[in-house]
Amino acid sequence: MNLANLFNNYEEAVAMILFGIGFSNLLLQKNLIKKIIGLNIMDTAVYLFLALKGYIEGRKAPIVVNGVQSVEAYINPIPSGLVLTGIVVSVSVTALMLSLTIRLYRRYHTLDLDEISTRLKKEGL
Amino acid sequence: MSKKVSEEKYKKTLTYRLKQWLDGEDLFTGTVEMKPQEPYKVDQAVSEQRHEEKKRLLEQIYDIEHNPEMRIFNKIYRLFAFLFCIFLVLMLLTAVSNLPTVGSADRPVNNEVAKRYIENGLQETGAVNIVTGMILDYRAFDTLGESHVLFVATCTVLILLREDKKKKAEQNQNNDRLYEPKNDVILQTVAKILVPPIVIFGIYVILCGHLGPGGGFSGGAIIGAGLILYQNAFGFHKTERFFTAKTYKVLSFSALACYALSKCYSFYTGANHLESGIPLGTPGAILSSGLIFVLNICVGIVVAGTMYTFYVMFRKGGY
Repeated sequence: MNLANLFNNYEEAVAMILFGIGFSNLLLQKNLIKKIIGLNIMDTAVYLFLALKGYIEGRKAPIVVNGVQSVEAYINPIPSGLVLTGIVVSVSVTALMLSLTIRLYRRYHTLDLDEISTRLKKEGL
Repeated sequence: MSKKVSEEKYKKTLTYRLKQWLDGEDLFTGTVEMKPQEPYKVDQAVSEQRHEEKKRLLEQIYDIEHNPEMRIFNKIYRLFAFLFCIFLVLMLLTAVSNLPTVGSADRPVNNEVAKRYIENGLQETGAVNIVTGMILDYRAFDTLGESHVLFVATCTVLILLREDKKKKAEQNQNNDRLYEPKNDVILQTVAKILVPPIVIFGIYVILCGHLGPGGGFSGGAIIGAGLILYQNAFGFHKTERFFTAKTYKVLSFSALACYALSKCYSFYTGANHLESGIPLGTPGAILSSGLIFVLNICVGIVVAGTMYTFYVMFRKGGY
């Protein structure tokens, strides 16, 4: 591991640690809502990483001002567009998961995934 | 030379049996003992006992509190999950430590595609905001797909959380409509002041999507937030006057259809760069950049409706 470069890229390192936090939330939490929050934290880490991919130091957001159109003036616009796609998909997926959670709660009156699966197995499903 | 065989011996040979079989005679008549199978009788007591045993066994196995094996398994699972997360983070950090420095211009991400978008984007799309020009002109299909993802997600939520009208009586006690704050003075005053500026700001963000930061997605989310605030303050009977499930369906269908129709002709032109025929106009003017202006409005309508519908469905399952 190249430590000096890691400290140079500390923003990306933070994104990766955030990803790990979200993933451990997803694995270790029993509450379904907290699992969904963990997944959202993972999403956020990916947005941060993507946005950093497009960032170039000392340059401006890609909105043409005063007719300047040289590449040296603006950051990379492609990752910004991809982050937009990611945000929309994550909103949809979160809404879908939350509605499924609501259905589970109406049926079992608990959000604990272990308890739900235990009851499912006890019923022999 | 043939040898004479006695009839009894001949009857035991394969040839005789084959011939008999070919002639259709049953070889086994009178030699096999036939007995009809007895119908299966359900013994009530035994089956109940077995059922009870199975149930007890399952309860024994899945009784997490008292099953030591399950507890040990859970502990090992948590330990390994934790170790796996640490391993994953370390692996990713190793990858990051070998990546080029953040913010340097010579990273492989900054290639000729970005160069082309920046240098020719304004002339080809007419949008001052290069990101908007990219997502609504060069990559318009992508954005169409995104809008459809939102639409499909809303449909699924509508299916999953819809109130069953037959069961309305028993579900009424769970209906959030009964627990709404009635005539909350602070909330209503704040909403009266805030909702019009929020909605107008959202419309501004949508309309100026090609001129500055913003666009259909962010502006639609702002309008949706304004609608949700209005709904919270004044209750469903006020919002139902202008926004019902039917309104949402009509609005988002017409917006998506408008988007799809205005972009689908590029399927037939080989998905090349698209000439809309609408003049691009002066860069920086509000009525410029051809189709992008229209597409932004379509996306904004879809997103605003989706946000509000999500809220309403989660709130009480139906408009």
